[in-house]
Amino acid sequence: MQRQLANMKQSLFDQLEELQDDANPNFVEEVVTLYYRDSARLVQNIDKALEKNPVDFVKLDSYMHQFKGSSSSIGAKKVKIECTQFREYCRVGNGEGCKKTFQQVKREYATLRKKLEAYFQFARQVGPVEKACRRK
Amino acid sequence: MTVEKIRGENENSDNFPVGLRVLAVDDDPLCLKLLETLLKKCQYHVTITSQARMALKMLRENKDRFDLVISDVHMPDMDGFKLLELVGLEMDLPVIMLSANSDPKNVMKGVTHGACDYLVKPVRLEELRNIWQHVLRKKKPDSKIQNKSTDQVKANLGSGDGHGSPMTGNTDQNGKINRKRKDEDDESEDNGNESEDPGAQKKPRVVWSIELHRKFVGAVNQLGIEKAVPKRILDLMNVEGLTRENKYRLYLKRISQQANMVAALGVKDSHFMRIGSFDGLGDFRTLAGQGRHPNVALSPYTSGMLGRLNSPANVNLLNITPSPLIQPSYAQNSSNSITPLGKMQNPNLFQGIPSSLELDQLQQNKGPTGIVNFNAFDDSRIFTSNFTDPGTTVGSSSNLLNGTPNNPLSDGGFGNQPCNNMASFSSESFNAGINGTIESSKMQPNSLLSSEPFNNSLSDPYLRNNTIDIISSTTMALPIGDSREMQCQEGLVGDVRNMNQQRQNNYEHSSKSGFGSLNPRIPSNGVVGSMNQKMDMFVNGRLGGGGSTLMQHNENQNLLTESRARSNDSLFFEHQKMQGGFVPQSCDSLDDMVNAMIKREQDESIPSCDFGFDDYSFGQGTI
Repeated sequence: MQRQLANMKQSLFDQLEELQDDANPNFVEEVVTLYYRDSARLVQNIDKALEKNPVDFVKLDSYMHQFKGSSSSIGAKKVKIECTQFREYCRVGNGEGCKKTFQQVKREYATLRKKLEAYFQFARQVGPVEKACRRK
Repeated sequence: MTVEKIRGENENSDNFPVGLRVLAVDDDPLCLKLLETLLKKCQYHVTITSQARMALKMLRENKDRFDLVISDVHMPDMDGFKLLELVGLEMDLPVIMLSANSDPKNVMKGVTHGACDYLVKPVRLEELRNIWQHVLRKKKPDSKIQNKSTDQVKANLGSGDGHGSPMTGNTDQNGKINRKRKDEDDESEDNGNESEDPGAQKKPRVVWSIELHRKFVGAVNQLGIEKAVPKRILDLMNVEGLTRENKYRLYLKRISQQANMVAALGVKDSHFMRIGSFDGLGDFRTLAGQGRHPNVALSPYTSGMLGRLNSPANVNLLNITPSPLIQPSYAQNSSNSITPLGKMQNPNLFQGIPSSLELDQLQQNKGPTGIVNFNAFDDSRIFTSNFTDPGTTVGSSSNLLNGTPNNPLSDGGFGNQPCNNMASFSSESFNAGINGTIESSKMQPNSLLSSEPFNNSLSDPYLRNNTIDIISSTTMALPIGDSREMQCQEGLVGDVRNMNQQRQNNYEHSSKSGFGSLNPRIPSNGVVGSMNQKMDMFVNGRLGGGGSTLMQHNENQNLLTESRARSNDSLFFEHQKMQGGFVPQSCDSLDDMVNAMIKREQDESIPSCDFGFDDYSFGQGTI
């Protein structure tokens, strides 16, 4: 189980967990919740921006930069990779490419959320025992 | 945005690096929280904020409160690099940049702007464990390091791999001209104008580069207005070869110019003006080297003026040495200034260093002057000495603000100011600058000058069209004592509104138009309406908006150029000068000025102004 969990997240996420301790018992959850909120908003903004015509690449890039930043902070490597790709398209002004890539971004993002959800459910079940075991 | 106030420790050395006081700035809440937790794990004291403005405010409140600043590059309200520069200039604290972007170009930019380090998100704990080294390195040249604690720290941290922070330059600083806060790389780059060779003591001429100026401003700020005497400033700046004379004179010139402007309001002494203006011009000339404005020497002048004016020290100096200094410089400057401006010819403009009284006024105004710089957009513009001190009688300070190219408009603002004298002054100058024909230089001393001059400006078709002018004028109007430069602008705008009632239609018209235009520009400028009250409000952020609008506007308008010629009014000149030099620059110069202004103002008035002003400059960058 530990391994399963470990596989679900990347090393950064591990770090997040490291930060969670008695002083910050729900740190990971808080962080992830923050991420959800923030990223949901960004995804919305990006969607809207992509629908506009003509596409404002500067803004898009700015949104994506933020999105990428927070995703990487939380350890979402795959999402981050897609974001980088997206920004490349933005840079060259390829609207179609952006849209396609963004679909992928959203997909990865959805996967991430699912995994996180599962993780939390799991973690809650296991609870403190897991935490104790987790300490290496 | 959460701001945690952490008890600041003054003594860190024994427990170093534990208890290191860090200020973290990042607009991304997730990242901020992460940073906070990470830093706490390192046993640092953390204060977080998601607003760069807030961060600046906190830093300015108490310079000793933090040891280190970590800032994100990409922020909505202020560019990370700008913040970096400001912090470096004003507080000389080590700043670490943070970004999701690992592009070497950005990293380079960070380093050249003076960052101690550049971290790429996501940040790892190990990386943060090393940041204390930067604090140490920064302090070292100042001979504050205790080897003992260093060893201790090392033992504690046990982290062998530090970042290859580019602090190597620090030690070399002693030999060279100290760039107070820049990295070594930066130093060498920026040393273009100054002699880098420590041995070559004799510098043919110390070019008052922006760097120097910045340092100067920083030093002044650090010393505080009261104690900012040239000697100490010099020491602080630690610039080789820079004699106090050099700066002082320039400073005085500046001040005198400002004073002149102010004085111009009440007294149109031709000789005064010249001095003030000329000095500025002279200074600008050197600055011209900076390559600010193609337009003219004036540009540098104005910028120089602006910068100078801004620092409170300047103000003080001004009082001290009114005319004697100015006069000599005046002669030379006048020629310089005149040529570029063409207008400067009016000696009246600068009323030489006004009597101490005026000086006082100027001092007060000092805040606003910084703002004037903004107006500087138009090179040719006359930089109305933005002296507008917040509270000072120098209503003219508002003028200073008006310095912004748009200045002509600022007149409107003046009316409100108690200083009225000043106010009118600025407005006049502005108008003059813009319209060139500033007939209004009526600087009537106590009358709501602003209204009058403003009218003048308003009358000018040009003025009216320039919404910005109005705005600028409004800012100038800062009549509200707090007229920080930034505020001034804002105030001007607001004042314009208020003034509208008082003023004549044309005024109103222009002001309104100004506002209208401004308003959209200024995002948060709702303040404009409220300008009635203290300008402070405006400054905060409004200026930024307004500023940008002004700037943009100015550029489009090129009012300045026109006004230049006219400078009939002494005021005019003064203001205009600023514009030329000042504006052309990118926000950088403005920023400097603003910073300077802000700093000054800070001491005096609302800190918010500073921010507002900053916004302005930043806005520019981002625009």
